[in-house]
Amino acid sequence: MNAPGLFSQLLEVLIALALAPLLTGWVNQCRAWLLNKSAPPLTQPYRKLHKLFHKELVLAEHASSLYRAVPYLVFGCMALACAIIPTLSTDLPLSPAADAVALVGLFALARVFQSLAAMDVGTAFGTLGARREMLIGFLAEPALLMVLFSASLLSRSTSLTTLVDLFAHRELAIYPSLAFAGVAFTLVSLAENARIPVDNPATHLELTMVHEALLLEYSGRHLALLEWAASLKLFAYSCAGLALFFPWGIADARTPQAMLLALPLLAAKLTLGGALLALLETASAKMRIFRVPEFLGSAFLLAVIGMLVNILLGV
Amino acid sequence: MSAFLSQFINLLAAILLLLAFAMLSQRRILSLIHLFTLQGATLAVSTAVVGYATAQPHLYFSAVLTLLLKVILIPLLLHRVIDRLNVRWDLETLINIPTTQLAGIVLVMFAFYLAQPIAQISATIARGTLGIALASVLLSFMMMITRSKAVPQVIGFLAMENGLFFAATAATYGMPMVVELGIALDVLVGILILGVFLFHIREQFDSLDIRHLEKLKED
Amino acid sequence: MPLDCILSAVAAWLLIGIAGVAALRRLTLVAHLLFPLGGLAALLLAAGAAWALTQPPQTVVLPLGLPTLPFHFRLDSLSAFFLLVLGATAAGVSVFAAGYFRRGEGTPPGLLCLEYHLFLASMALVLLADDAYAFMVMWETMALSSFFLVIANHRLGEIRRAGYLYLLMAHLGAIAILLCFGVLQANTGNYTFDNLRAQQLGPFAASLAFLLAVVGFGAKGGLLPLHVWLPEAHPAAPSPVSALLSGVMLKTAVYGLVRVTFDLLHTPLWWWGALLLALGLASALMGVVFAAVQVDMKRLLAYSSMENLGLIFAGLGLAALFAAYDMRPMAALALTAALYHAASHATFKSLLFVATGAVLHATHERSLGKLGGLIRFMPWVAWITLLGTLASAGLPPLGGFVSEWLLLQSFLFAPGLPNGFLNMLVPVVAALIALVAALAGYTMVKFFGVIFLGQPREEKLAQARDAGWWERAGMLWLGGLCLLLGLFPAQVLLITNAVTRPLVGAALNTAGHDWLLVPVSLERASYGPVLFLLGAAACVAATFLLVRWRYHGRLSRVPPWDCGHPDLTARMQDTAEGFGQPIRQIFEPFFRMERELPSAFDAAPRYRVSVSDPLWHFLYLPLARAVEALARLVGRLQQGRIAVYLLYSFLTLIAVLLVVRR
Repeated sequence: MNAPGLFSQLLEVLIALALAPLLTGWVNQCRAWLLNKSAPPLTQPYRKLHKLFHKELVLAEHASSLYRAVPYLVFGCMALACAIIPTLSTDLPLSPAADAVALVGLFALARVFQSLAAMDVGTAFGTLGARREMLIGFLAEPALLMVLFSASLLSRSTSLTTLVDLFAHRELAIYPSLAFAGVAFTLVSLAENARIPVDNPATHLELTMVHEALLLEYSGRHLALLEWAASLKLFAYSCAGLALFFPWGIADARTPQAMLLALPLLAAKLTLGGALLALLETASAKMRIFRVPEFLGSAFLLAVIGMLVNILLGV
Repeated sequence: MSAFLSQFINLLAAILLLLAFAMLSQRRILSLIHLFTLQGATLAVSTAVVGYATAQPHLYFSAVLTLLLKVILIPLLLHRVIDRLNVRWDLETLINIPTTQLAGIVLVMFAFYLAQPIAQISATIARGTLGIALASVLLSFMMMITRSKAVPQVIGFLAMENGLFFAATAATYGMPMVVELGIALDVLVGILILGVFLFHIREQFDSLDIRHLEKLKED
Repeated sequence: MPLDCILSAVAAWLLIGIAGVAALRRLTLVAHLLFPLGGLAALLLAAGAAWALTQPPQTVVLPLGLPTLPFHFRLDSLSAFFLLVLGATAAGVSVFAAGYFRRGEGTPPGLLCLEYHLFLASMALVLLADDAYAFMVMWETMALSSFFLVIANHRLGEIRRAGYLYLLMAHLGAIAILLCFGVLQANTGNYTFDNLRAQQLGPFAASLAFLLAVVGFGAKGGLLPLHVWLPEAHPAAPSPVSALLSGVMLKTAVYGLVRVTFDLLHTPLWWWGALLLALGLASALMGVVFAAVQVDMKRLLAYSSMENLGLIFAGLGLAALFAAYDMRPMAALALTAALYHAASHATFKSLLFVATGAVLHATHERSLGKLGGLIRFMPWVAWITLLGTLASAGLPPLGGFVSEWLLLQSFLFAPGLPNGFLNMLVPVVAALIALVAALAGYTMVKFFGVIFLGQPREEKLAQARDAGWWERAGMLWLGGLCLLLGLFPAQVLLITNAVTRPLVGAALNTAGHDWLLVPVSLERASYGPVLFLLGAAACVAATFLLVRWRYHGRLSRVPPWDCGHPDLTARMQDTAEGFGQPIRQIFEPFFRMERELPSAFDAAPRYRVSVSDPLWHFLYLPLARAVEALARLVGRLQQGRIAVYLLYSFLTLIAVLLVVRR
């Protein structure tokens, strides 16, 4: 472990923590524009977090200690995920600790904790949300794994560092299998981040909500942490997508100075990606919960076809 | 020819397969037509690229033909048909979508398995594309089987022809011009006949559900 | 000598069992002295096995059994690995059992003690046996002693029925294994494993032996068409016994299959691996889908065992596939994944089963629909069970994740196979494994959430008391093992490497990375659970401290928000059935469902849905009917008159004399 490595590691986590709410704010703003509404300011998520942190914590009377631990655990998992994914530099001391499969495991861990917490209070909506979240999760998780695998088949490695290094620092090549993986990844990210058409982040209509149902009983600093964690998740997914499909500009291990260049580039890519996400969301309608298996099943099968194409073409 | 061009053709092939798969899992006729248009556009681009890569100018001509026919004319016709027949909405399929998709995966594997020995001996631009073309043909065929309404069947038929055309250009550098023109005309005539056929079905049964055709058999 | 260590542990178990009979009805003595002693013997066994892993194989011939057929025993690294799993798991389960058995439950405690320790001893000897004769004797002892344990509560009809089914399937399997050894000895008449190993069988005979082994050991390990006994027998047995059945006994099937495929038969054929892979995956998928819809907590775990065994068999299949193409490092990777999963399944599934025992004792309720909210009344059990739940769901940084990680890694290397068709199957198979792992997560959230979280669904649950100290100690031991297996994979690889090296002639790389799991090279893949845990812990701790330091810690407790609906009751929570509903809908073709829906005008509406295994209806019942018809046909011989029976004997005698004359 060297000093620049440690520095880039810390910088990455801090940047993720700082930028994640901004990304959420940007997507919300774009969405409002597209819907012809007056947009909230870009800093709205920060204000919301600040307000929530200051509010009194209201707990259900029989909530267990698991319930109180979960916001911290979920937040920690998401922060770790942001630390693992190479966003600015591939020289990260933590990256050997977790490869692509472990990253999926990390997301799954956070999801399981959040679902368990939602079941803890024992209201109808909490358990309903937990069930739906796990339903989406068990379909999205293998799809995500297969997306990462089709990239891994190209590089013969599941290490995220090697993957990004390969795609970013080799001569330009087109990988047809990544086309499939890219579509599948988009579908999975929409589902995993509770976006339309799978879930509506802006709804509080009890019967249709998934992610909001999980958070229904949370308040104060717990809610702030979970909201922040949701932003971090969106950030992590966006960065993972960018790292896999548009990796140009990520600094490699030998040139830590390049991180300075990498940051504006990342910001530009995220701005574009967020706008695209808002466009995708406004262009589609929310689907019934039992259409979701079909939706995610397509993602899963597309990723599998991607791997098949890879084996057939050999690239 | 550069490696980049062959990679590009591979990418187009993958997009073609992707679209075929998307058509297989699409319920709405309108989206089906959009997907078909996209497929035609991909086909036109790939034909032009193959023409450029192998320096065969007559492929440019067939690219333009594809563009006119499959991206502009046929989609327009189809749009008019569904407007006139008023069938723009979701349609139920004979077999549910997930099962169809699973069967689709099996078909893709089968096609790739068949094409693998050819891919190993073939010396043309993009060796793997034949398997992909075969897979798209099979997927379109499968789409025809699983739809109960006539319009998606017509689209499935046309998509199947797209797959065949792609196989012809990418794997064997295109057919003689005469054959191509003939096929293009055939497709055009085919779609006109099918259009007439559709209106007749509806006049007869007041619906486009082809299950009604079962009544026509003699007992 | 390690072998002496192990044999003395086995002898200690037998002595404890006999002592149990002597103290037949003295519960305190049996529970608080004999069972902990058994646990100590298990530790001795585990220590001996760990020692043996560093030593060359040892053999001993015991002059037991028939005069000309002494028992041969051999302790090599494969036996030692499974003995280590047996010893480590049994130690925890025995300590738990010390606090578990109560008065007035069917079989008297002393007899249970005998059966329990006989079961342990026979499992150890199955793993040690070095000739077919000793193997079969011990295998049958194991089956019989576990049968008596399963029917410990034999006053209940359903338990007797489960026991009967178990015995039947165990014997079908045993016949297949016996025939397998018969094929392996190739008419030499010598049944020692040394001789079996020395035979060079042709492809036909070898394939026959392999298929018989798959049937025989598959019947014990719950492989797809032979799994029906598993969800019946596991819930019927007392919980510590279920823990042993699922955690350890199923592993003897894995052991047997590894022994036959990789040791006695030399080079596998490629289709053996493909067959095993397909069967393993099918059982894994079937098991996890059925586990997700169960409403009885022990049946849920039993189906989950079927899933895990399926994954292990799939790993073995992949290893055989690689070995058939002489890709030794890859074979070692897949075999390691299977062995790792066997070890981690042994720990987490035993933990979960004993946890259900603790819940059962506290609430007298096995149905998930009547539990809930127990984390407030039984915090010890709940928090330790959470470890097992996470491990079973295959989540980092616990043991279940490491084995799934290794298995997925070995699939990533599979495209190197020199067979186009198999290459095509690889992505599909990897996808199925990922799906099974994700579904296991769903199942485990249901298991833990419905039992321990939420509000108690019945009034009486508020009286539930936490488990006693013996039980807590046993559970802590098993939970600690889950954690160890998850956090120190590089060290565990040292153990599995000792097993894979003689079997497939290759081992995984362990040099230079104490804290990282690096099976091939750092560029390819690495996983460092300790680093991972430290990273996560650092993030969590920093967040917690920052939030505490920066903001106030005010807190008020209020009733949960009722969404405007005035009386919120515990019955409004999702039930276990409700949690299974999406799975029932998505995987409908897997099930045979019977639904009873009330009409809209019913005054007292009842809704009922029962889910059963279609194989039972399409395979087993027709088979049973055919056997019955055959038996009725044979039954015609029975006339009830002595003269006719004498005639039968007479005719038989004439026939035998004719044969002898020829």
